[in-house]
Amino acid sequence: MKIAFTTSGETLNAPMDFRFGRAPKFLVYDTDKDTFEVIDNRQGVQTAQGAGIQAAETVARAGVDSLVTGHCGPKAFRVLSAAGITIYCTGAPTIAAALKDFRAGKLTPADSVDDAWQ
Amino acid sequence: MILGIASGKGGTGKTTVAANLARAYGSPAQLLDCDVEEPNDHLFLRGPVREQEIITIPVPQVDASLCDACGECSRFCQYSAIVSLRTTPIVFPELCHGCGGCALVCPQGAIGETERRIGVVETVESENVTLMQGRLDVGVALAPPLIRAAKARMRRETPAIVDAPPGTSCPVIAALRGTDFVALVTEPTPFGLHDLTLAVDMVRELRIPFGVVVNRVGIGDDRVHGYCAAEKIPVLLEIPDDRRIAEAYSVGSLIVDALPEYRGLFMSLIEKTMKLKCAEIGVSAGGYDENQA
Repeated sequence: MKIAFTTSGETLNAPMDFRFGRAPKFLVYDTDKDTFEVIDNRQGVQTAQGAGIQAAETVARAGVDSLVTGHCGPKAFRVLSAAGITIYCTGAPTIAAALKDFRAGKLTPADSVDDAWQ
Repeated sequence: MILGIASGKGGTGKTTVAANLARAYGSPAQLLDCDVEEPNDHLFLRGPVREQEIITIPVPQVDASLCDACGECSRFCQYSAIVSLRTTPIVFPELCHGCGGCALVCPQGAIGETERRIGVVETVESENVTLMQGRLDVGVALAPPLIRAAKARMRRETPAIVDAPPGTSCPVIAALRGTDFVALVTEPTPFGLHDLTLAVDMVRELRIPFGVVVNRVGIGDDRVHGYCAAEKIPVLLEIPDDRRIAEAYSVGSLIVDALPEYRGLFMSLIEKTMKLKCAEIGVSAGGYDENQA
């Protein structure tokens, strides 16, 4: 399965960015192959409105099954839910730490907008 | 004659100039308060609200039974107001600018339109002045359609003053477009000058003849005057930094009512803008040359 992490860096040791729509980059990790790719979100950082919606479209197009981020707003939540993407919110400092928590089953899916907007 | 009142910087005195000018006309005049996020001309021109019209914009409504999830609507929308991820689209009316494009590009004819309220246009009668003010609903970020709706209620045969919002962005353009002459209100401070230059660039781009009103003359420095002279921009009016003006303002009184000695000043602004408008042939790329007027 593919998991998208919001980050400002390009490696597994990079810090998490706790914003979703305005995160500079998405690191998409493939747990089957243990490889990852990095998607630039410069457009989302600069857009005047609808950043969360556009980010949700971007990760959906990348074929991810899960999203690990800090928070996610109500509009992005609606689009991600429609695309069948499970949202996990975390306070882990790095992608590696968040991935470790994910694999250990320590992250719980956000079932509602309120969960995602903690 | 439609006279636009604008400024780069906020708080320079647009409302003061617009409301006093409208009253100074003496004969019937219209005042359009296009600062729809915070209309305040009504604080100075008081009277009964004669009419309140609800203003709406069209937003998409998807018929799921006709939609084949092709995603054309989603690809077309620049505002992410309609999103389809191989699903029936999700609509975000609060992001929609009401352009109608999604309905046009939908191959299935699955998108219709429904109305979304964005605010009201109120008409207030205050002695010689008919005040029409746009009032945007709380939480709505779409000033231009409401400004256009307010301006559409203007009667061409009566002189009109358009009080624009501050700045140089879309709402200001929407307010000033179609005006015959623009008075840019500024103050003689570095901040006032900086934002005046932005406003000058804007009205030149719009190709509307313009002049400058300097408010609170006596504070700051002489750089605004130096700039206007160098750019051949006529200074239409200078309002002195008079404490009594601030006192009148603070209790919602018009200068022309509270301090009759200033009445002539505002009358002269009306005359000057009319004269400059009539001499439009004298327009150069640099704005107005007062010698030619």
